[in-house]
Amino acid sequence: MTRAALLVLADGRFPAGGHAHSGGAEAAVKAGRITGAGDLEDFCRGRLHTAGLVAGALAAAAVLGVDPRELDAAADARTPSPALRLAARRLGRQLLRAARASWPCAELDRVAGWFPKGAHQPVVLGLAARAAGLGPSDAAYCALYESVSGPATATVRLLSLDPFDATGVLARLAPELDAVAESAVGAAGRAAARGVAALPAASGPLLEIMAEAHASWPARLFAS
Amino acid sequence: MTLAGVRADAPGPATAGVRGDAPGTALTGARADLPGGVRADARIVARADGRGGTALPVLDGSGPLAPRRTRGSGGEARVMVVGAMSGPLGGDRFTLHARVEEDARLHLGSSAATLALPGQAPGEARYDVRLDVADGAELRWLPEQLISATGSDLRVTTLAELAAGARLVLREEQVLGRAGETPGLLTSRLTLRVAGRTVLDQELSCGPGAPGGWDGPAALAGHRAVGQLLVVRPEFAERPPGARMLGECAALMPLPGPAALVTALAPDALRLRRVLDEARELLG
Repeated sequence: MTRAALLVLADGRFPAGGHAHSGGAEAAVKAGRITGAGDLEDFCRGRLHTAGLVAGALAAAAVLGVDPRELDAAADARTPSPALRLAARRLGRQLLRAARASWPCAELDRVAGWFPKGAHQPVVLGLAARAAGLGPSDAAYCALYESVSGPATATVRLLSLDPFDATGVLARLAPELDAVAESAVGAAGRAAARGVAALPAASGPLLEIMAEAHASWPARLFAS
Repeated sequence: MTLAGVRADAPGPATAGVRGDAPGTALTGARADLPGGVRADARIVARADGRGGTALPVLDGSGPLAPRRTRGSGGEARVMVVGAMSGPLGGDRFTLHARVEEDARLHLGSSAATLALPGQAPGEARYDVRLDVADGAELRWLPEQLISATGSDLRVTTLAELAAGARLVLREEQVLGRAGETPGLLTSRLTLRVAGRTVLDQELSCGPGAPGGWDGPAALAGHRAVGQLLVVRPEFAERPPGARMLGECAALMPLPGPAALVTALAPDALRLRRVLDEARELLG
């Protein structure tokens, strides 16, 4: 294994299409629920402990070798919003293309065959980490960091928020991210031993509801 | 709706088992708590009677969870769960298990809101609901609100296990505190399986002590009532209802299976009920 592969996978410039998604920040900004760095931090913290935790556990479980088809179905059941399911699959398909180019292997080819419309992005992220020789904790950190860095970057564009303030938010969330990563990896281990029902199912009601509102807008800056 | 005075304990015969409540006088929830809390189990089995109606061969439960048959309509049996004392309190463990057998129809409600309160026994309270619905059967599980009072710590799980040809209407409403009150800690997991496949698995945790951000712009954003309406119909597999917004803070979402979920937020219980009633009408 090479530790540097983690930097390649976690790099915002890795061509996986994540920059086109705001992680719900665009809808929250429009609704007036994110108006500055304080709200952004609260939004990201909520996302970290809900969608982030679930994504981190899915990614870590994929590294541990849990069947990707079961993980994908578990992700579906944890994503009631059809708009979010669609976004997750599109992101998963794009990420799988990038991962197959970066770390070509039979397992990723097989997954591409199973999911012509794409698998949920956190599952693919875990498989990419596995192909790159990374561990479950690496994959969980990647998924969790993405769950907060996406909205932070998007809010810089949406609100013209000072990028220093947005980065400050991410830095302040780092200790909590460590704790959630540990919990995600623990849950992934239980899922590997006992099945995917052991995965966390934490949810943020407004993330789901507002994703549907966002999908109905005629014009938007971000895809989700 | 009056949220104050909910769960005014039912007067009448002393149905309370383990705890020896004083029925009729227990408006303040006076209970002689036992160490480790109270256990209460309710079991309901609904069975088609072969004449187009539904019989209830099992209708067990007492104390905090006492199921009573009330007047049904058509082929549907109707059961109300009557709370004969306050709770759940810290350390209590309630379970409710309803099974609706082939071609039977059951409407299951509760006579009053459930108020989660702090208790003297250590640890969280638990309330586990298990619903099994067979082919051709229908269950409507429409309990009143669950209110999380200051200092309470309640974990609720609801598992609905349906056969491929089963139908379900399920409503869950959580109210964070009585009027103007700081809520307790409430964690609620809702799982739906149809023909062995998990269609929905979702957990909401809110109140002081919940993971960070629970009241922020990703989760509740100051709303004090959150609810879900889950509708399962075999015909949704072919023709799912389209996704749509129901006002500003509620969405109807087709699930990856023969089911649709409405998730709604509202400032209070009354307005939440209004949205969920409208959703129920919309889904027919």
